[in-house]
Amino acid sequence: MKKLLSRPKSLKDVVFSYCPGCGHGIIQRIVAESIDDLDLREKTIAVAPVGCAVFAYDYFNFDVTEAPHGRPPAVATGIKRTNPDKFVFTYQGDGDIAAIGIAETIHAANRGENITIIFVNNANYGMTGGQMAPTSLIGQVTETTPFGRDPKNDGYPIKLCELLSKLEATVYLERVSVHNPQNIMNAKRAIRKAFQCQIDQKGFSLIEIISNCPIGWSMTPLASMKWIEEVFLKSFPLGVIKDKTQLNA
Amino acid sequence: MKKLLKGNVALCEGAVAAGLGSYFGYPITPQNEIPSYLSRRMLELGKVFVQAESEIAAANMVLGAAVTGVRAMTSSSSPGISLKQEAISYMAGMQVPALIVNVQRGGPGLGNISGSQSDYFQAVKGGGHGDYKVIVLSPNSAQEMYEMAYDAFDLAEKYRTPVIILADGIIGQMMEPVDLNRYEKKDFVDQDWWLNGAKGREPRSIKSLLMKDGVLEQHNVELQKKYQTISENEVECELYMMENVDIVVVAYGISSRIAKSAVKYARKNGVNAGLLRPKTLWPFPSKIINSLAKPNLKFLVVEMNHGQMVEDVKLAVNGKSAVRFFGKAGGGLITEHEIFEKLKKDQKSDIL
Repeated sequence: MKKLLSRPKSLKDVVFSYCPGCGHGIIQRIVAESIDDLDLREKTIAVAPVGCAVFAYDYFNFDVTEAPHGRPPAVATGIKRTNPDKFVFTYQGDGDIAAIGIAETIHAANRGENITIIFVNNANYGMTGGQMAPTSLIGQVTETTPFGRDPKNDGYPIKLCELLSKLEATVYLERVSVHNPQNIMNAKRAIRKAFQCQIDQKGFSLIEIISNCPIGWSMTPLASMKWIEEVFLKSFPLGVIKDKTQLNA
Repeated sequence: MKKLLKGNVALCEGAVAAGLGSYFGYPITPQNEIPSYLSRRMLELGKVFVQAESEIAAANMVLGAAVTGVRAMTSSSSPGISLKQEAISYMAGMQVPALIVNVQRGGPGLGNISGSQSDYFQAVKGGGHGDYKVIVLSPNSAQEMYEMAYDAFDLAEKYRTPVIILADGIIGQMMEPVDLNRYEKKDFVDQDWWLNGAKGREPRSIKSLLMKDGVLEQHNVELQKKYQTISENEVECELYMMENVDIVVVAYGISSRIAKSAVKYARKNGVNAGLLRPKTLWPFPSKIINSLAKPNLKFLVVEMNHGQMVEDVKLAVNGKSAVRFFGKAGGGLITEHEIFEKLKKDQKSDIL
């Protein structure tokens, strides 16, 4: 009998600590599969953020370092500049990348660092209990916006891909989602393309992955998937935001 | 052969000779010669120089380079060092070796750009959050800027810890002849903690987040054991004119240069003064100070702040001698004459 699917080599055989229905498990699997597909495991140095995804270093089966909150793009800069032959990616949440670490993100992108960022946008701070994130939607109720996010008090959701697209040095920016199998397949295609962008030394790439946080959103996993489709994607439309991979060939 | 160099440039040459692989910096006075000099020197050597977007980013770039086993450093001055404390705490917890240089200026806040010694507490007591120490070296000449930068990396790697060179604006800016006498280090042997790709080995992770029951507690015990070992083995201090001494001046950095002249002058003018200069501020020469302390000996601590190292001297003396203090902060230099007057007065005084 032919084995069609097995655990990726880049994922350890351990139990994830993520909440039931959380998208991190799906995303880390397709990241691991992409690393395997491109034969990158033995040359990868990944950077884990602060937030739910910090535990990535217990799940990925390759070298991973921790970074202070929001600093993964700076840490990745240090790694990649010093070791241009290694494959370097960061795995970050919305609070990490677009709030406390937005300066590090913008400047790493602006220097055209040849790294890849996997940015998981689930519109709240999951690990700390569901507070407002820079990407929380207008009107979204969170632990710190009990009456809904009000632009007068809380500003507007940041669309990071669109923001970074204005920088000369960014090469490949795409927003994808993992709320159903079709989108998961598409997300994996985008991740592979971003990884290939780094392998080909074309420069900075970032994949924003719209994901769910059933516990933080106080929804069942199914309801959270539906909310992505019906509400979340209205504010964060999917698609390629910028693609200069052909221009830089 | 000696070269006439600014302290800051001598420090760069020491780090380069030690095999510095990556430098990340940010402009702030009075350390600007360091990023300026290395921006040319490192690129000419085919090594890494990046002017970071912030002090925070520079320190975290050092963290990134250092986890791969490369000798990495950043430099700044007081307000910038406050911003780097986040990464320093992480590197202490993650046990990552690196060099951080503080060419101190006046504080608090933005202060001014004159030399100062007001960051002693921040450097020797940890500086960031958590229960940790870093090795703190105190150069008092351009020559020592060169030598300590060279030695700092060996110390950092020996103990897998960040090392701080706590200089000051005057030592950094002053030009002196420097003997570039150290051989150039090139080849480094792979260590079993480096992140360099899991090829033919199990994957590695470097972290400070230790959530499982008891793991962080044990990690902290191990860190404290390491600090104990450092305290026992790495203390460096200079003793000067200690024969028949009645009063010992304790000073470091630029203050120790002035204090040395004051001690020489005092000896010629009827005051039996000596000088004890800690070259490592942490670990502190507590045992040496304690072994000297006795009822008929006095200590005078001279610092360019309002009394920081004096607390460590008092702890070391533990009531066995009188400990006096003389200092000023905010950019004004202490003069040889001021120290001599203080020595004359304190030597006569019987009050503890």
